[in-house]
Amino acid sequence: MVGIWTDITFYLCAAIAVFSGWRVFRTDSMVRASFLLLISFLAVGVIMLLLAAVYLGTALFFMMAVEMMVMALFMVMFMMNPAGLNPMNMVHQPWVAALLGFAVFTGLSLVAVYGEFPANPAPADLDPVRSLGRELLGDSMLVFESAGIALLATMIGTVVLSSHRGRYGPANEGSEPPGLDPGGPPAKSAAQKQQQREEQKEQEEDKQDHDQ
Amino acid sequence: MTLTMLLIVGAALIGTGLYGALSQQSFVMLMMGLELMLNGIMLYAVAFWALAGHGIPEGQLLTIIVMAVMAIEMAMGFALVVAVFRTSQADTTEALQDLKH
Repeated sequence: MVGIWTDITFYLCAAIAVFSGWRVFRTDSMVRASFLLLISFLAVGVIMLLLAAVYLGTALFFMMAVEMMVMALFMVMFMMNPAGLNPMNMVHQPWVAALLGFAVFTGLSLVAVYGEFPANPAPADLDPVRSLGRELLGDSMLVFESAGIALLATMIGTVVLSSHRGRYGPANEGSEPPGLDPGGPPAKSAAQKQQQREEQKEQEEDKQDHDQ
Repeated sequence: MTLTMLLIVGAALIGTGLYGALSQQSFVMLMMGLELMLNGIMLYAVAFWALAGHGIPEGQLLTIIVMAVMAIEMAMGFALVVAVFRTSQADTTEALQDLKH
């Protein structure tokens, strides 16, 4: 009886995970997209719980709930159309991307169906949390601590990248692009080129008005 | 719930995520595609740990590492979005066609 319910829950969660994962890229609202991604993660977390990975499933719940809230906040702060009031389709090369995505899905599915994997399930009396804890603070402590150091480096990098540039003004102030020829005059930056193009356009328009 | 079914679900998540990462113009939507791919990879790791790897603890450790990678990708991605927005008011990949000099 338990087996049937496990199967039903698994298929339900699998369907939810894949469907909401697909809807992430089909919804008009970016905030809604981040919540759909959250639903996909939660469904995968439930599948992990079904597989007896108690700690990992629960950790995924907490981590993704926070991460997706941050993502939704960023959507509201930076992106156009966070509420989905207008239809939105901001894609490039959609067919190539869809084709490649489908090819990867087909390839991995073929491996899953025709590949031979050892049927070697976890023993029933395994305590997954205890075994993970012993591994993290035992044999694999170096790996675990390295992940911690990497996260610390990420924190520093994030602050450096997102903070205002230097107390003495922008670091690139007064810098000039290198010349196109060695020793030649500096090449124009993109902003200057854009300005020049706009000035030319204005001049042409003035000229046309003048001629008329 | 067999290993094959779990791997197919993971493959669907990875394929969808790849589509998103390659097709979206907005930085944050692109990051969502990457996250979805990592979601499928975590499912793979847990499925192999539970059904093919005799419950060896390194399987769970791998999932923890993928979670850390996910957090790093997310934090650095947002920091880059902020940095790019500060310098060029851009929020799509198409807006970044020129190098600084």
